[in-house]
Amino acid sequence: MPSPPAKKISPAEGRGLYGGYGGRYVPETLIPALEELETGWRAALADLDFISELNELLANYGGRPTPLTQAMRFCPEKRIYLKREDLLHTGAHKLNNALGQIVLARRLGKKRIVAETGAGQHGVATATVCARFGLDCVVYMGVEDMRRQRPNVERMQLLGAEVRPVEIGTQTLKEATSEAIRDWITNVETTHYLIGSCVGPHPYPEIVRVLQSVIGRESREQILEREGRLPEAVIACVGGGSNSIGMFAGFLDDAEVKLYGVEAAGAASLGSGRVAILHGARSLVLADEDGQIADAHSISAGLDYPGVGPEHAALRDSGRVKYLPCTDDEALAAFERLTKTEGIIPALESSHALARALDTDESLIVVCLSGRGDKDLDEALAQLGRRA
Amino acid sequence: MNKKLVIFLMSGRETPELAAAAAQGGADLIELGFPFSDPLADGPVIRRAAERALSEGMRTKACLECLAEIRGRVQVPLVPFVYSALLEAYGHKRFVADAASAGASAILVPDLPVDSHPELRRIQLVAPTSTDERIRLAAATTDGWLYLVTLTGTTGARTELSSALAGLAERARHLAPPELPLYAGFGISTPEHARAAAEIADGVIVGSRAIEVAEDGPEQLRRYVSSLRESVDAAR
Ligand SMILES: Cc1ncc(COP(=O)(O)O)c(C=O)c1O
Repeated sequence: MPSPPAKKISPAEGRGLYGGYGGRYVPETLIPALEELETGWRAALADLDFISELNELLANYGGRPTPLTQAMRFCPEKRIYLKREDLLHTGAHKLNNALGQIVLARRLGKKRIVAETGAGQHGVATATVCARFGLDCVVYMGVEDMRRQRPNVERMQLLGAEVRPVEIGTQTLKEATSEAIRDWITNVETTHYLIGSCVGPHPYPEIVRVLQSVIGRESREQILEREGRLPEAVIACVGGGSNSIGMFAGFLDDAEVKLYGVEAAGAASLGSGRVAILHGARSLVLADEDGQIADAHSISAGLDYPGVGPEHAALRDSGRVKYLPCTDDEALAAFERLTKTEGIIPALESSHALARALDTDESLIVVCLSGRGDKDLDEALAQLGRRA
Repeated sequence: MNKKLVIFLMSGRETPELAAAAAQGGADLIELGFPFSDPLADGPVIRRAAERALSEGMRTKACLECLAEIRGRVQVPLVPFVYSALLEAYGHKRFVADAASAGASAILVPDLPVDSHPELRRIQLVAPTSTDERIRLAAATTDGWLYLVTLTGTTGARTELSSALAGLAERARHLAPPELPLYAGFGISTPEHARAAAEIADGVIVGSRAIEVAEDGPEQLRRYVSSLRESVDAAR
């Protein structure tokens, strides 16, 4: 049985601030909706019916708990364990969040859901839970991402969602998120914005963290059972930061466990960003000295985002988590290596975490395998130059 | 009472001339957009105008220079419309000081909720979704007048004046200090809208449509603004 969401609700100081990051930088129009959401969320967390409905869905619909698989051939010199979020229904950790938020949205009486998606995994998870509960679903996606993650576009459409192409700017996740927020501003009375990562205005970063913390909680129990000890290091990839914050949540209090977040080298908001405001929150962002948002670049659509959740910015400042970059080529090599040595095709996003697991100093490591790579075959094969 | 007409223009090389035309056409106040790469409150027209301005190099410093140049040409009050990301990078205090010395009479920040950063004096915005409590706070802290966002949505011309305005204005009148002017904006594009809005509020703000007309040059803008002026003056 999966355990209930963390009792300790949130590290957020007061109004959703994490060491000065976070907050609510949104038009006044949205404030009542954010307050309604926050109130509804607190009530849900205190309600055993919510917890048991969610746990039932996570177990019997989602397939939790997900296994912890040792990757012996991937790296014979180390003991690397993979937390298999790729085996969760729909193929990525995104479903943990989508299920939690859809149950919450239903409690709030919302009939329509909007979401943004980059890799398409969050869009698929959202379309899936909307199909399951019979809610209208609109997903905004940049046309560049629609091109490189085409199978997920088709899945969303088959599930009954309307995928709205976003043709602004870089035509990727940043613009898709802005458009989803604009839709929400316009339809706020009927619509729940089902955000896909631990970004956005308060209380979203906290909601997503709590809903994803099941990853870290299960991993901790599983590694203790298998190895009789805690891992030396825990590694996860960081786009907006949801699979990583969920993973880290299980180990933050274990001072002896090193935590590594891995960013795409061309989208390293924590490694090379500055304090700026994006999508309703103050965080570390790829931005210029005027506060204008810069373009991110990554082969992986899910990491191709110039911002990051505010809690990660605070964790970087405190030194509790180290954030490392990973290039497209390194990720592709890890993608191919896991496929060939373990018979597991990872998402390109997760491949960034796998690449760094090979070369960190620690030898007992848990890696969050946040999703499966089916969606990436076209892009990865083209890049690997293997296309027939 | 004399109803006010506010015209929104995006910062740019031609903006001083456009501002002069808007003032000639009868604008009482000019709102000057500082372009931001991710303007959450804006619809397609203003978003594209911001993209163009940024590609012309209209960064914060250049926008302040644009403001000063407009100040040299027109008498009406000037109000920068600036996203919090730009303020964060420039520094709140520094921005307020530099905007004032460039000739701004107040500032407007579309993505700072009423109760955040209370030390930053600005024209507050309220929306149809705002609670009474928040309208009261906005009215008590606003700088000169209160901005009524007529609809739930982003900026951009609409075919009709929002039906939510009347209710919002009535609540605001009831909750605000008696003398506080209430100006209505978002979605107002035709002289008919402007007149209808001016019958409800003390002023109207026209943005996206003015930006579109301005693309045809200062003379077109002057004519458009004077048509708005006439209908605002005809309001009861
Ligand atoms: C499989 C997978 N992993 C990771 C990510 C990155 O998101 P986050 O950092 O929120 O986990 C995505 C996003 O689309 C994804 O699909």
